[in-house]
Amino acid sequence: MFGSNVIPNFAEEIAMILFGIGFANLLFQKNLIKKIIGLNIMDTAIYLFLASKGYIAGRAAPIVVNGVQSVEAYINPIPSGLVLTGIVVSVSVTALMLSLTVRLYQRYHTLDLDEISYRLRKEGL
Amino acid sequence: MDFVQNVPFFSIMISMFSGTISSILPEKPAKWLNTAVISVVGAMSAWLLWYLVQTGTGSFVFMMGHFPAPWGNEIRAGVLEAGMALFFSIVMLFSMWGGRKKLFDEVEYSKHNIYYILTNLLLSSLLALVYTNDLFTAYVFVEINTISACGLIMIRQNGRTIEAAVRYMIMSLLGSGLLLMGICMLYDLTGHLLMSNIKESVVHIMKTGTYRIPMIITIGLITVGLAIKSALFPFHAWLPDAYGYSTVSSAAMLSSLVSKGYIFLLIKIFYRVIGFDLICGSHIINVLFLFGLCGMIFGSLSAIWEKDIRRMIAFSSVAQIGYIYMGFGLGTEAGMIASIFHILAHAATKSLLFISAIGLTDVSAGSRSFFDLTGSAYRNKIAGVGFTVGSLSMVGIPVFAGFVSKLLFAKAGIINPGWKMFPTLIVLAISTILNAIYFLKTVVRIYTPEKKSTEKEKGFFVLQWKQQKLYCVTIVLFIILNMVLGMTSQPIIRLIETGLHNFS
Repeated sequence: MFGSNVIPNFAEEIAMILFGIGFANLLFQKNLIKKIIGLNIMDTAIYLFLASKGYIAGRAAPIVVNGVQSVEAYINPIPSGLVLTGIVVSVSVTALMLSLTVRLYQRYHTLDLDEISYRLRKEGL
Repeated sequence: MDFVQNVPFFSIMISMFSGTISSILPEKPAKWLNTAVISVVGAMSAWLLWYLVQTGTGSFVFMMGHFPAPWGNEIRAGVLEAGMALFFSIVMLFSMWGGRKKLFDEVEYSKHNIYYILTNLLLSSLLALVYTNDLFTAYVFVEINTISACGLIMIRQNGRTIEAAVRYMIMSLLGSGLLLMGICMLYDLTGHLLMSNIKESVVHIMKTGTYRIPMIITIGLITVGLAIKSALFPFHAWLPDAYGYSTVSSAAMLSSLVSKGYIFLLIKIFYRVIGFDLICGSHIINVLFLFGLCGMIFGSLSAIWEKDIRRMIAFSSVAQIGYIYMGFGLGTEAGMIASIFHILAHAATKSLLFISAIGLTDVSAGSRSFFDLTGSAYRNKIAGVGFTVGSLSMVGIPVFAGFVSKLLFAKAGIINPGWKMFPTLIVLAISTILNAIYFLKTVVRIYTPEKKSTEKEKGFFVLQWKQQKLYCVTIVLFIILNMVLGMTSQPIIRLIETGLHNFS
């Protein structure tokens, strides 16, 4: 039946909504810092999606401590590994964006990207 | 296993570690290391290509680490991959040579070794995009590619390039967000990350009919993500600034290599992950077709209106990317072959155009407006010849590379069974005329003699070939590359065909 999956899949739905919010912020905000916040919301939403897809209720992270070696006791480690890789990528990209923002702010004393473009055009560089 | 099968792995690793080593080297050794690495990668790729063609094996899979197929990471090399790697390293080497003198003028001396680090990283990420058989690895290298491309734009420090780099990053990050979402959903639907395994599951999913809509959405996300990153028409706003104001080697490499890497990844995903029949059956290619056509027209129109030569060439890139996506949109193998050939033709021609344009602006007191370029081909003869050859190739004059790709597009359009024949041919004709308008206008302008008194007044000067030996050699090599592509097109097309057959 249509709609019967709404409750069990709430984590994925929230992830999609957050992805949309982040995407729109990255695309439409004028302020560079808000854009970067949007980027982080977008990336985090993807990690939420992956983590919720990778989790199986009642199972533990695949680290053997009590000698339990049955496959049934653990979740698949790959989605968690993907999240970790994704976090690394997102951190480096955020750092790069922030450093670019610092450069622009030092030159033009504003964070508004449209204002900066306007001034560049006036300078005629 | 033959030793030559290690080549893909070696070339990725060599270029990546040379990037790390360059960080502690001074400028000169870093430069030589960079040249050596690109040449070695090119030579090794040629060896691999020769091996694959000679033995007729077609393609092979290289296991990374000690875990077999569904768990471990893999590299896959075929004729097409080896050919692309060879071609990318050739174009990159020539672009680096052509912009070397300009690099000294535009970039602080202390930052030169950073430039070589970025180029090495760019090469390694391009090679990884070409060779990888694993979608998540592809995503990671897409990001490395983006970061190094951003560095290449902003290595020349002025307000314009930093703004261009920010805009480039924003669009690229939107694209990679969509790509990552698509890859995660695909992993979620199929349970695999290796391309061949995903394809089996996709076939199964489409047969049983469950999850058909999520599958189509996933394909859409991946396609749009990579289309944004490779500057398909409505997403091209960042492109003219990024190509127009960065230092010339960067502009040449960005236009001819970076966007082509993403397009090649998209081709791989079409063939090896989703399956070409499924792609052709969905309506996604119609969207690509439409945007490709729009790009061909509007890119050329913007180029006509542009008063700045570098930005004009950049806008022409938008039109050429439109051609490539139009070839995808035809949904036939002929269209795909035409697109892949156009990737080669455009890469060879656009880097030639950027590098010869810089020679023309240099002798015109650095001014890039058309008015000042009058007669500049007499002041810098070799650059004038290079620009003319590039323009003729872009317009589609026989002997040069651009002609063959236009011919292939027209042929693919004619044998296309559906409604796409007339739009393809009509827009191809219009776009060719528009190309001719802005390129030949420039060629006529640079060969119109300027009064001696005006030249003296504005500080223009004449450059002989002795003052710029490396630059001349580069231009000549680019012209030769262009003519090789244009005149020996049959074997190249046959290679592309075998490569595509090995894909599926």
